[in-house]
Amino acid sequence: MGGVPADETVKVVASPRNGGREVVVALGLLVGVSLAVQALFASVRYEWNWAAAWEYRAQFFQGWLLTLGIAAGAMGVSLVVGLGLMAGRRAPWLAVRMLCGGIVEVVRGTPLLVQLLIGYYIVAQQLKVSDPVVVGVLLLGLFEGAYLAEIFRGAVESIGASQREAARAVGFDAAQTYRFVILPQAMRRALPGTAGQMVSLVKDSSLLSVIGIEELVQKVKILNSASYTALEGYLPLAVAYLVVTLPLSRWAQALERRFHYET
Amino acid sequence: MRLEAEGVVKRFGAFQALDGATFSTGGESRVVALLGPSGGGKSTLLRVLGCLLPVDGGVVRVDGVVLPAEEAEARGERRKNGFVFQGYNLFPHLTALENVALPLREVHGFEAGAARERAMELLDRLGLKAHAGKRPAQLSGGQQQRAAIARALAPRPRLLLMDEPTSALDPVMTGEVLEVIRELAEEGQQIVLATHEVSFARRVADWVVFLAAGKVVESAGAEAFFERPESEEARGYLGSLMRWR
Ligand SMILES: Nc1ncnc2c1ncn2[C@@H]1O[C@H](COP(=O)(O)OP(=O)(O)OP(=O)(O)O)[C@@H](O)[C@H]1O
Ligand SMILES: [Mg+2]
Repeated sequence: MGGVPADETVKVVASPRNGGREVVVALGLLVGVSLAVQALFASVRYEWNWAAAWEYRAQFFQGWLLTLGIAAGAMGVSLVVGLGLMAGRRAPWLAVRMLCGGIVEVVRGTPLLVQLLIGYYIVAQQLKVSDPVVVGVLLLGLFEGAYLAEIFRGAVESIGASQREAARAVGFDAAQTYRFVILPQAMRRALPGTAGQMVSLVKDSSLLSVIGIEELVQKVKILNSASYTALEGYLPLAVAYLVVTLPLSRWAQALERRFHYET
Repeated sequence: MRLEAEGVVKRFGAFQALDGATFSTGGESRVVALLGPSGGGKSTLLRVLGCLLPVDGGVVRVDGVVLPAEEAEARGERRKNGFVFQGYNLFPHLTALENVALPLREVHGFEAGAARERAMELLDRLGLKAHAGKRPAQLSGGQQQRAAIARALAPRPRLLLMDEPTSALDPVMTGEVLEVIRELAEEGQQIVLATHEVSFARRVADWVVFLAAGKVVESAGAEAFFERPESEEARGYLGSLMRWR
């Protein structure tokens, strides 16, 4: 490794054959990683039993659908919560600002696991809401919404004083300034971060199993204990998440690149 | 136009940007130039005159009418004016055409078609017809500033207030924009211009308000001001700027 001079590496990276090189490197890595994994499994002498796992494919698929549904619902909730908390933190009333700021800090500063347990077993029971899916969607939405609130706030605050002054100068009132000048620009800036947060949301939904929701992870745990398997459940589980998170994060990267070029 | 100010105070925190500014433009001035050293308060006074900034004290009158302090009323007054700033301040997410047409529709009650037509008319007049569909980032500095002028002119403002409209431009683009401003002045547009382009001010202005340290040091007809500046500050300022021109 040490033999390549630094400037030569730079030239290689910048060369037009970059695309072809990437494919070769990717294939090489794939082979290498596969060999490493193979060696690992050989050393632990894992006994594969895909037949037993295959029995539970319908259950697996059900869990996956529920995870998708929960994620979609929580995304909607998180967007509303994020916008609400962001607006609250910029409100003209001190009490509202402090309340929303406090919510954001507490929600971001504590584990989702604890929020789910307290939220479901204490708060929701007191409020006589017993459907764990409804509670789970709301709590997950609140959790991710607190992060979105900060992303949105950063985006809105990045719209500078000169744009606000320009909006005033053409005669816009406060509502028109938000609608025509601040929000359209802030939304573009918030998009990459928001898409990234959605990737986290999909993965975080796996924690909802602690309040008894049979989403994908919970289904796989049941499948594994029923059929005495482990990896036969967990490997498809990882793939099922990647099917959703990979496109999302590619989209986030694409947005980030586009935003980078536009400014 | 007639501009009058009596003891106008504007504070930013503890700092007094305008410190009892008092002047009145004589008779009917077309183009009023605000001159003075950097930090003297030109931009602040321009914003106050255009009803963009509320004052902390004193009275301002435009054509004999006192400018209101309350925001909703001030907005009504502001909507009669057009503004052009140093940094273009176009909306970057909108095309040149939309930058001009949007305020026409949303603020001045134009129908969509009429707004478009009026916007095209202005862009055409400022030599931007071919660039109407471009966003600000795709325009040169001079083109952006001309688009900003088109936006300010489209609703037929009573006053066109311009704050150093050329100071962010290179000499070629500066010439291009100054030419536009000169034409506007000749066509009778009422203009308030804060600038360091003293020789240009001398050509177009008929009244000069000279500010230093938040106070109006001199307020005089342009010819008198440039021929026989009364104050030491104005003489020093003109001298230092003229030396290299
Ligand atoms: N928003 C603001 N917040 C704080 N101070 C300000 C603000 N705007 C202006 N000032 C201060 O007020 C004073 C007058 O500023 P102003 O911009 O009116 O000067 P100017 O004559 O336009 O100067 P220049 O020729 O450099 O543009 C300056 O000292 C400036 O620092
Ligand atoms: Mg200024």
